[in-house]
Amino acid sequence: MNFSCSVRTDSLIVKIKGEIDHHSCDFIREKLEREYARHNVKNIIFDFSDIHFMDSSGIGVIMGRYKSVNERGGKLGVYNVNPQIDRVFQLSGLYKNKIVHSFKSLEEAITNI
Amino acid sequence: MEFQNSMKISFLSKSQNEAFARVAVAAFVSQLDPTVEEISEIKTAVSEAVTNAIIHGYEDKEGEVLLTCTIQDNLVEITVSDRGVGIEDIEKAREPLYTSKPELERSGMGFTVMEAFMDEVEVESVKDSGTTVKMRKRLKSLE
Repeated sequence: MNFSCSVRTDSLIVKIKGEIDHHSCDFIREKLEREYARHNVKNIIFDFSDIHFMDSSGIGVIMGRYKSVNERGGKLGVYNVNPQIDRVFQLSGLYKNKIVHSFKSLEEAITNI
Repeated sequence: MEFQNSMKISFLSKSQNEAFARVAVAAFVSQLDPTVEEISEIKTAVSEAVTNAIIHGYEDKEGEVLLTCTIQDNLVEITVSDRGVGIEDIEKAREPLYTSKPELERSGMGFTVMEAFMDEVEVESVKDSGTTVKMRKRLKSLE
């Protein structure tokens, strides 16, 4: 599991390499909380290019960030999500309920979030 | 002639074994030459069932999770069993977004994902004695 992040305008760009499941969730949650707290940004955008597996535990972690992002008037975004993981997002209603916004690329995410 | 094969693994209820379990089933099922999509669906469903056994069945205490996988022609049947606390209300547990542990940031989507990715999901549970989740999927790639 590899976690890195950078800041682009008012968004925290989070890049995770590996698989998101219940086991890796605590690590991801802790890192996310810390990085979001120490950067003066509104949005969190997840780069899914190197995430090849995610189950519903990942949905829990992302949903869990909604409150803090909302408090800063920000949004949650994802891009480059593979079709299987995309189905997990769709099933959970995160796109439909506009809790998470899906984009094709980083540029599209930054421009449109 | 009908092709049959089966395997059985037992492991401790540690979260490290979630990846082990889904990869083990994927490796076993790969003898049927499934599509990438089918393998991915099976891995996700197994991951959900094993995570439930660890978090809810054993409530993060140590226990044994039993995983079996049977192949009959193009039908894959997977069972995940624990001898944990059991599910009080199965119908409620299967409802989308319901979680008995909201404090853990669980999405409550485990059974919904299993049902979406497999053809059939059966749950048997006895309070204080354990839960078995049985899932079936017919691989279309072999039809």
